[in-house]
Amino acid sequence: MIAYYQIVAQIMFVAFILLTITGAFLTVNAKILMHSVLGLAVCLLGVAGLYFYLGSMFLTLMQIMIYVGAVCIVLVFGIMVGHTPNESATKHDIGRNTLLGIVASGVAGLLLVITIFGRTSWETPQTTIGNFSIEWIGESLLLKYCLAFELISVILLIAIVGSIILAKGGREEER
Amino acid sequence: MIILSNNLNIYLILAAFLLAMGIYGMIRHKTFIGMLVSTELILNGAGLNFMAFNKFTAPDPAVGQIITLFIMGIAAAEAAIVVSFILAVYRKYKTNDPESLKELQG
Repeated sequence: MIAYYQIVAQIMFVAFILLTITGAFLTVNAKILMHSVLGLAVCLLGVAGLYFYLGSMFLTLMQIMIYVGAVCIVLVFGIMVGHTPNESATKHDIGRNTLLGIVASGVAGLLLVITIFGRTSWETPQTTIGNFSIEWIGESLLLKYCLAFELISVILLIAIVGSIILAKGGREEER
Repeated sequence: MIILSNNLNIYLILAAFLLAMGIYGMIRHKTFIGMLVSTELILNGAGLNFMAFNKFTAPDPAVGQIITLFIMGIAAAEAAIVVSFILAVYRKYKTNDPESLKELQG
């Protein structure tokens, strides 16, 4: 016997999948670039819901905060400040590129799907350690996987310094 | 009734779909921001894949979550770099059309 909340959970799961697919379609097919970024935000919200079903509350919150909250805002700023033309404003032939894109993405996706279905079962682990709690992530991040922690901080520092160097000194040259 | 959210293949197919959509968008879009948005789709597919395998096959559930956090950090850094790069290109060439930037070809 399945409780009613399990049925509600499955319906929500399908809704998150549909949200992801709709957002991805909107992202790649939008004529106006701002709509593309909005579609990306919808898609990322769907993926955040899937992270929740995969057992990680922390990654759900991080996905919403970092991707939807920060990266999408940076993209909107890039569109507004960078004088980016819209897709419909460019005069190149879209048809050839659309065909090329369908072929390339179709081949890549088809290969992956064949690989997924060619393998019937994945081994579940015999012994498990830890759990999905934030405490265990923090402990692992600072003790066992310390190198990843240091590496991501160095990458972020380099990105900050690099973007400041690239973007500074614009006002004087524009006058 | 099958519990859908306990099926690994659904997550894998969705990740493959995100990858395919990202490749399609990267070829189709004609602007720097459009390509950047498609790159975010590809990175999200990778993150979803890592999280799915983390739930179903990994002995230590912290590993996949840390890798996904790593991917998020890389995506944020990449977005910041590309946006400042777009600003620098516009300042120097007065255009942001990738097809007209002939000097940047190899």
